[in-house]
Amino acid sequence: MSFFLNECYARMNQGEVIVAYKGSISADIISNTLSLVELKLEESLEQTGVKKKLYNVLVESLQNLFHHVDAINGVDNSENNYGVFVLAKQDQVFRISTGNFIRSDKSKILKEKIDKINSLSKEELKDFYKFVLNNQSFSEKGGGGLGLIDIARKTGNKLDYTFYDYSKEFDFFNLNVFINE
Amino acid sequence: MELINIEGTPKTPTVSMNPTTGVIEIKGRSIPENSIEFYKPIVDWLEEYNQGSAAKTVVNIQLEYFNTSSSKCILDVFKKLENLKKNQKDVLINWYYEEDDEDMLEAGEDYESIIKVPFKMIQIVD
Repeated sequence: MSFFLNECYARMNQGEVIVAYKGSISADIISNTLSLVELKLEESLEQTGVKKKLYNVLVESLQNLFHHVDAINGVDNSENNYGVFVLAKQDQVFRISTGNFIRSDKSKILKEKIDKINSLSKEELKDFYKFVLNNQSFSEKGGGGLGLIDIARKTGNKLDYTFYDYSKEFDFFNLNVFINE
Repeated sequence: MELINIEGTPKTPTVSMNPTTGVIEIKGRSIPENSIEFYKPIVDWLEEYNQGSAAKTVVNIQLEYFNTSSSKCILDVFKKLENLKKNQKDVLINWYYEEDDEDMLEAGEDYESIIKVPFKMIQIVD
């Protein structure tokens, strides 16, 4: 099973890797990563607009991961809240890849949500965002249900995803977000 | 009513709220994992402020970044301001955005279309 995760992680690590992590996902890990990436971006030659968008989408992607990691036992030395993320650049496109376990019964709803987001035009996404902003309440984990919609809106790209069958109870969810330079 | 002065952190904005002058400012970044806790005193303050507000309330929002968790709380703040307006009070929201930050301008326009309070979009030029 660890073989499978290493495979996934290796695939995510293609291109020029800016930051890569696998292990337990905690609030501290997310905060420290954001500070690190911000420093690296300050030194980079990207346009301010691109830096801002990238940082914004990274915040949303990592916090989404933080809110949705499902605890699973026995993976990678029994670490709970296991997840992976990679920020890399390849051919003038930044990619944020995240991976986490999700209870299989929740996969279908998530898949439907992403497919819906991917089917919407720019204007429809704006309306959908405003609708959820105004009508949906917070989940118990503090997410507002807006993360993926916001990411799709800000990047202007489709959300790329795969659900891997991991066990009877769990799937491994891999999301790839692309930000054009 | 008390003044509110909250100092900013790398994840939360600087907030100042003055019941006498009616000037409210939220500046910096708002990216906590869970924003409800941070915004609760602000929303509660506005609830109380509604009972005896200044004749004119000016709200300056100048955010560098905010996450979607904060976007809901900011909407709650604006809904309280909408109540002020309903009570025939003068309210203006100044929404600041940097020249190269179209996403921030769009976010302001989203709120403007939901909330029935006058907005002024102000571009910050370096």
